[in-house]
Amino acid sequence: MRLLEYEAKEILSGLGVPVPRGVVVEQGDDVAEKIRGAGLQPPLVVKSQVPVGGRGRAGGVVFAPGIGAAVEAAGRLFATPVRGLLPRRVLVEEAVEHTLELYLAVVLDRAARRPVLIASRMGGVEVEEAAKKNPGAIIRAAVDPWLGLRGYVARRAGLALGLRGRLLRGFEAVALALYRAWETLGAELVEVNPLAVAGDRLVALDAKIVVDDNALSRHPGLGGRGDVGEYTGLEAQARRLGLPLVELGQEGVAVVGNGAGMTMATMDLVYERGGQPSVFLDIGGGASADRVRAALGLLAGHQASRSILVNIFGGITRCDEVARGIASAVEEHGSPKPLVVRLAGTMAEEGRRILARAGVEAYSDPVEAVDRAVELAREG
Amino acid sequence: MAILVDRGTRVVVQGITGREGRFHTRLMLEYGTRVVAGVTPGKGGERVHGVPVYDTVEEAVEKHGAEASIVFVPAPAAADAVYEAVDAGIKLVVVITEHIPVHETMLFIDYARRKGTLVIGPNTPGVIAPGRTKIGIMPGDVFTPGRVAVLSRSGTLTYEVAAAMTREGIGQSIVIGVGGDPVVGLDFPEAMEMLGRDPGTRALVLIGEIGGDMEERAAALVREGRFTKPLVAYIAGKTAPPGKRMGHAGAIISMGLGGYQEKVEALRAAGALVARTPYEIPKLLASVL
Repeated sequence: MRLLEYEAKEILSGLGVPVPRGVVVEQGDDVAEKIRGAGLQPPLVVKSQVPVGGRGRAGGVVFAPGIGAAVEAAGRLFATPVRGLLPRRVLVEEAVEHTLELYLAVVLDRAARRPVLIASRMGGVEVEEAAKKNPGAIIRAAVDPWLGLRGYVARRAGLALGLRGRLLRGFEAVALALYRAWETLGAELVEVNPLAVAGDRLVALDAKIVVDDNALSRHPGLGGRGDVGEYTGLEAQARRLGLPLVELGQEGVAVVGNGAGMTMATMDLVYERGGQPSVFLDIGGGASADRVRAALGLLAGHQASRSILVNIFGGITRCDEVARGIASAVEEHGSPKPLVVRLAGTMAEEGRRILARAGVEAYSDPVEAVDRAVELAREG
Repeated sequence: MAILVDRGTRVVVQGITGREGRFHTRLMLEYGTRVVAGVTPGKGGERVHGVPVYDTVEEAVEKHGAEASIVFVPAPAAADAVYEAVDAGIKLVVVITEHIPVHETMLFIDYARRKGTLVIGPNTPGVIAPGRTKIGIMPGDVFTPGRVAVLSRSGTLTYEVAAAMTREGIGQSIVIGVGGDPVVGLDFPEAMEMLGRDPGTRALVLIGEIGGDMEERAAALVREGRFTKPLVAYIAGKTAPPGKRMGHAGAIISMGLGGYQEKVEALRAAGALVARTPYEIPKLLASVL
């Protein structure tokens, strides 16, 4: 789960990281009143609170020389989707004059199976690109997770960035705070970008925290955080049912599979055979008929899905169970969309019999099934 | 002898009295796996499909010489189960459990390594040496003994590929699900080092997916000449959008890393044959065998 900028800043600020003075406004608030109430001094920066990258380029960050301009900017941002997401909140902050933008993050290094502190003098929007073009500009310090990030390791990174004196000590404090947040939240990523150098102070102008979904239950305090705005309506609905579903932002074939790899491979096969996948939906291993019925129910009214393809290779998953779920979904919703099913593996024959009775054709060859689903999506 | 496991490997099932543990213990026994004991704290003295249940892993090791464990313990207690297995002297721990917080995984894998225990997983279907033993949850009947090893980050897709190989008369020496999480114990490069030395393995199939850099590191191993057997690969997720998590915790393109194209290019540059669909794998294998 990706926290919103203001949530990440609240957490980091609580750990002693300097952030600009700011106020969060919601739609319908008296923005001018809120800005004055918080005692903010123009010039201001108004930022759309959506959990996606590249907000600046997408027009989600506006500089406002005065309060009037900030009010106007906030109004505009509430009506402007950023990469398809509308903000429910907007952050208004004092603009901070600065001379240098650093990048600083604690991330999980999958290969080393360790946290790593990453720092660079090339902060700003395109740090990933910069890293690819100029790997030498990125400082990496692996951390022993049993030891945690020690001050001397953070200082070494700060020195390598060219920081001295009060900036060096400030950098150490920020790095240690980021690590503390990473550890206590069970985070995948805690990032400040840019970390601005303003005189002899460092200020976190933007912050990003991605919490491991599997650790959420350990952090009840986070339950209320994290804008569901990360998910579309359909994705949020599926999440509540415990079904991994991703809308792919195009019209075509809704792909339902058992297992993430299988479902992705089926999506790719749709594309290989000249179609477009519209939805990724993984019913998981050993899905019950009810789960399958719920999954198909989610797709019944999905505009972008012109046909539905269910591709099952039964191992732990029983094809007869899946077939029963499909049959009851067809009974419940009728057939709002053309449906193609491919069954193989455990109890596939029985599954085919159940589907035949429900009037649904079931393939055993995956490529044939994909071709049929692509064809139906074109007609649909 | 396959790598890691063989016919005689003595297995303890952690979480044997749970629904999954009970069900898969039966399937493993039917496959011929030597399941010598089970563990569920508080259920010591019971039997599951004839397998004696103990309160501790230590007891299962003392009384039956268990060498490998398979973990069906739910996520909140899974890390504890791994630490217990490591401390009891188990040398191979297969963690089936999904949804373990990644920080916990990172710590127990590190602990296991320092004590000389190999962890497979978490979030894995396990490992099978066809015709010999199965320490996992995969359907045994789609696999057939042979000379091609399969390494995979996925579950179902592995069964699909194995079934396609079997249909074309290409059997498997060993099939290892390394797991779909961002951090896993045994990874592709480490398994490849072992398979390179395995006389029973003539070629390798890699089933990768978007996210992370495990496939790129596998390719680097080949480029460095540290794995020299024929390699056929398939990567799932060509059509996955960046920044979206595709079911598996580990399947996400983030911070500009983990994309499909980079993986395919790295593998091709290393001389691997990259299949466009899972169903092309047997044909590509036939061309290199």
